[in-house]
Amino acid sequence: MSDLSGLYQELILDHSRRRLGDGELAEPHATHHELNPTCGDEITMGIRLDASGTVLDEIGWTGDGCSISMASASALTELAAGAELERVRELIDGFRTMMRSQGAGEADEELLGDAIAFHGVSKYVMRVKCAMLAWVALEACVAAASADDSRS
Amino acid sequence: MTLDRTTTIDGLLPTDLRRDFPYLDQELNGHPLAYLDSGATAQRPIAVLDAERAYLEHANAAVHRGASTLVGTSTTAFEEARETVARFVGAGSREIVWASNATDAINMVALGMADASAGIGGPETEIFRLGAGDEIVVTEAEHHADLIPWQRLAAKTGATLRFIPVNDHGTWSIDDAASVIGPRTRLVAFGHVSNVTGFLAPAAEVVELAHRHDALVMLDACQSVPHRPVDFAELGVDFAAFSAHKMLGPTGIGVLYGREHLLDALPPARTGGSTITTVTMESASFLPAPQRFEAGTQPVSQAIALAEAVRYLDGLGMQRVHAHEEALAGLLVDETSRVAGVRLVGPPPGSPRAALVSVDVPGVHAHDVGQFLDSQGIAVRVGHHCAQPLHRRLGLRATTRASAYVYTTADEVRRFAAALAEVRGFFGVGA
Repeated sequence: MSDLSGLYQELILDHSRRRLGDGELAEPHATHHELNPTCGDEITMGIRLDASGTVLDEIGWTGDGCSISMASASALTELAAGAELERVRELIDGFRTMMRSQGAGEADEELLGDAIAFHGVSKYVMRVKCAMLAWVALEACVAAASADDSRS
Repeated sequence: MTLDRTTTIDGLLPTDLRRDFPYLDQELNGHPLAYLDSGATAQRPIAVLDAERAYLEHANAAVHRGASTLVGTSTTAFEEARETVARFVGAGSREIVWASNATDAINMVALGMADASAGIGGPETEIFRLGAGDEIVVTEAEHHADLIPWQRLAAKTGATLRFIPVNDHGTWSIDDAASVIGPRTRLVAFGHVSNVTGFLAPAAEVVELAHRHDALVMLDACQSVPHRPVDFAELGVDFAAFSAHKMLGPTGIGVLYGREHLLDALPPARTGGSTITTVTMESASFLPAPQRFEAGTQPVSQAIALAEAVRYLDGLGMQRVHAHEEALAGLLVDETSRVAGVRLVGPPPGSPRAALVSVDVPGVHAHDVGQFLDSQGIAVRVGHHCAQPLHRRLGLRATTRASAYVYTTADEVRRFAAALAEVRGFFGVGA
């Protein structure tokens, strides 16, 4: 079982139960629905920015999926809620880089904090998409919100 | 293949047949591999691998093209393969068309009917022409491969797609079929054995009902032909599809069965070389079946290998294969239904089913269940198994499926159930 505990680290199992950010966000500035067609896992992500439009004020998501995908959405919420958009983009890039590493090298703990627990998932090629689901949805939300000039 | 072996797995098939499958003799994550994913793809015996290689080493040449001695040899081998496969399913060799897989075979019928509906072909295509008011009937349990082509056919022709409802087990009866099939029905398509529930459809009864309304019947036989004796002529189906790689054969080849007069009338969806009699700059006329459907270079070595897979199965005897799998099906149901906190979808215990079970572990996603089993050396399928509507109907998103075949042992089934019993504890779900 030592092998499997590299994938399902305690922090991941905790997040899969805590589901930080779980719940639909009222009046979001951007939403995005992302689906993993191989398993049917899905997430709908909503974000709100602050008045300046430079800080990701709130994240809310609803989703249904495996422990990895739901834990990843929870960890994402912990990291990105309240962060500046520039920082959020760095987090997304950093998380994606880690998930593409196939378990090689060291994860960027300074940037990703506890979310480096997902480094172990990157060795399981069939599960990388599970971990990325929420992040891809967030990326689309950030892009949409940034492009939306009508927000006041 | 000669069968002089006396030791058996369960009194039915020889245990040493596992030696014919080198793939099975490996470790997965530090455990002996228990391969329980044959419903997705089966492993191939050495005889099948050798047959393909031997053809390529000694007999490979362009089939049905040219007139050389070499072409004679390759064409004979290719057509003998067709005859072998035809005999296996109670068909004439003109009733067997090579496809790239079963999905392709189903699409050939759907696309051919769309062509006929668009006015391609002469009066012989009348039986295939659909329009507004006509109905295509499928079940709620279909694999996407036996659903989407019919959705598309309905969209192209204005016909209506209707559904035989399934119950909370995901199964259906001839009465359910009779509630939908009627005078407007022009085609009924359904899976012979469900790849999710293992349910065996009342095929002969549906054929009788459909034919009473002059409707055509297409059978998705992917999960039946590899596992039990199937005779298409006896069942009376008009078309059927199955795949080589689920019956010990290679990938890249599937089979479309069609009654001779229907295949001769169905417009070929894909056109090109080797399908024709006369071609002018303006038009072409087509050969009789099966050649009219086999445009371009065919999967020749794969056909040779598929025929060898058929000989291997015939050597075991399909009655014995079926009996072996019935025993495993009983064990799968007994063992998994005993695991606390696991929901078994499909026919309830005591009802007949194929040797596959799909389970839901409430509180644990199928991907996580599969990952845990994988860590124990047990290979299963997780997901919706290309049957999203059925999962939705059952209130599920994904399930974990174990499927058996000729080489599956009782011990492997027990390992599956034992590992399943540990899943909820590992993920901290339930008491």
